[in-house]
Amino acid sequence: MSTTLYVPRDSTAIALGANEVAAAIQREAQARGIHLRIVRNGSRGMFWLETLVEVATPQGRVAYGPVEVEDVAGLFDAGFVLGGAHALALGLTEDIAFLKNQERLTFARIGITDPLSLEDYLAHEGYAGLQRAITMTPATMVQEVLDSGLRGRGGAAFPTGIKWKTVLGAQAAQKYIVCNADEGDSGTFSDRMVMEDDPFMLIEGMTIAGLAVGATQGYIYVRSEYPHAIAALNEAIVIAREHNYLGHNVLDSGHAFELEVRKAAGAYVCGEETALLESLEGKRGIVRAKPPLPALQGLFGQPTVINNVISLAAVPLILARGAAFYQNYGMGRSRGTLPFQIAGNIKHGGLVEKAFGLTLRELLMDFGGGTASGRPIRAVQVGGPLGAYLPESLFDTPMDYESFIAIGAGVGHGGLVVFDDSVDMAKQARYAMEFCAIESCGKCTPCRIGSTRGVEAVDKIIANNNRPQQITLLRDLCDLMLHGSLCAMGGMTPFPVLSALDHFPEDFGGAPLQEAA
Amino acid sequence: MAMNTQVIRIVPRKPAPPPPVAYDRGAVENIIGERKAMPGAMLPILHGVQEKIGYIPPDAVQLIADGLNVSRAEVHGVITYYHFFRQSPPGRTVVQVCRAEACQSVGCDALATHAKTSLGCNFHETTADGAFTLEAVYCLGQCATGPAVMIGDDIHARVSPAKLDRLINAKRGQA
Repeated sequence: MSTTLYVPRDSTAIALGANEVAAAIQREAQARGIHLRIVRNGSRGMFWLETLVEVATPQGRVAYGPVEVEDVAGLFDAGFVLGGAHALALGLTEDIAFLKNQERLTFARIGITDPLSLEDYLAHEGYAGLQRAITMTPATMVQEVLDSGLRGRGGAAFPTGIKWKTVLGAQAAQKYIVCNADEGDSGTFSDRMVMEDDPFMLIEGMTIAGLAVGATQGYIYVRSEYPHAIAALNEAIVIAREHNYLGHNVLDSGHAFELEVRKAAGAYVCGEETALLESLEGKRGIVRAKPPLPALQGLFGQPTVINNVISLAAVPLILARGAAFYQNYGMGRSRGTLPFQIAGNIKHGGLVEKAFGLTLRELLMDFGGGTASGRPIRAVQVGGPLGAYLPESLFDTPMDYESFIAIGAGVGHGGLVVFDDSVDMAKQARYAMEFCAIESCGKCTPCRIGSTRGVEAVDKIIANNNRPQQITLLRDLCDLMLHGSLCAMGGMTPFPVLSALDHFPEDFGGAPLQEAA
Repeated sequence: MAMNTQVIRIVPRKPAPPPPVAYDRGAVENIIGERKAMPGAMLPILHGVQEKIGYIPPDAVQLIADGLNVSRAEVHGVITYYHFFRQSPPGRTVVQVCRAEACQSVGCDALATHAKTSLGCNFHETTADGAFTLEAVYCLGQCATGPAVMIGDDIHARVSPAKLDRLINAKRGQA
């Protein structure tokens, strides 16, 4: 009789020593003559508990964490292979509140399965979406995605189905599916988790997209900073191809679909879709003017669906269970779920997938448990480096695209970066401008020059050099960048800057805001 | 007036061009040959060369340009646009410290300062003994467990200054 143990292979777990823990468990088991099967699963997304080791018991999977190499011998002594009691024991994994209170649709398998086991994938509803899709016409597939209400999860929130419909309607000998996996925003890791911890889901989503719009070639453009994701995708693609889930006749449907991973090269702006296409074509990643839309003239001038990882990863379930199932989650015009990422100075950081509509406070306090430092939360940046900094007074805003636009912010990719009260918001505003100056592609003047002038203006404000005049200048500059930039890089850099100025004036030498009565 | 009539000419000091470093030219040619038919082959070729050689040797630019039938300027433009590509050899181990917001919120600025002092070099520089190159990186996707650092191919989370020293010393011991 042998027990099955789970030690994650997600890169956050590895960064916290999961490989060493797995090796130590193996050694200890051998020394004690215990037969173990160690599965390298994905991460459950409870990163403060990594390395989270799980043991399969008749009652279910029992969790222990955070496990360090030094804990391993003690765990064996406590009989953890039978689910024994230990200081690190957390009970049944599924009963941990952080997981139990989620609504995991896209992340349903993640942390449970072995990411590179096709068998595991199939046993957990994998490829059910594609199986249904091959019985449908392209138009009905596109309609299903349209009806689900799925909007682009990369941050722009454009309806995915409309993009697909445009590409389906375009006439061309070659069409492409491009996955934007250039997850460069700080505070986001849901794309990385999908690629590392459930790569077949992304492959399936892209295959369905290919069948739906008549594209036979797909590319996944992954950042060079994600070596584990690149390796997992490449391995999964080989396995999918061997089992006829990719190739010239996918599942004998008569349709061809091929997939290739392309490694990016560290340019943040290549997360902008047209810059990404330029980069895929082998050029400098310079933003293109739109129109023409990529849906009509995208990669190599051909009609191209370009979607974020999470958008494409949501597709298999939508096809498997139908649009109504997905559409049933959410609020207003934000349908379905979003995998939120709670990051930065946070006690319980990790991945929380929930339907749209919960508040920022629920995410930060109920799930996140406040800051890691134990100090009060002062600001939260929502949606990456181009997202607004929000003060505590706005924490009751529901997480939904429209509600966030109404407060001058954006949900973006659902990444939350938490700062405690030691943060200097003038410094953060300066960083936003500096980052834009480093990463601007240089095509349009507001972004290229504006960002550098912005750094100078913030520096003068910090140095108390003509403060009121410089603040007026900075606001004026932000207005220009907001309205005059070609893409979101220059066009959204003002969000963190203006929100810092508006909500935290005391850090810019002004009087603090009065608490609303 | 002058006792010494010899004229001292002040020649503006121009940095001497680095001596050409020998590299495996055949390997570069092979990579170009294997990949040039790929659609949009430029980045895959540059990645291949950098993976093999450690950087893109300046005189490989001509080879790549010839292989892709583009001008040297176009190849140069792509190499210099992307942060990832280097034009000179890095140290034996590259240390990348994340400097993005999530890591800022848990003290990566102090860690970056510590890394500079500890290694004795600035960002984008290599230590005198050629052992380490220090780079800034903007997000390694470990945002709930910062500060994050990548040393060679290994990623590390919750890196305190003491942990960084330990990791660097361990790497130094391996060399």
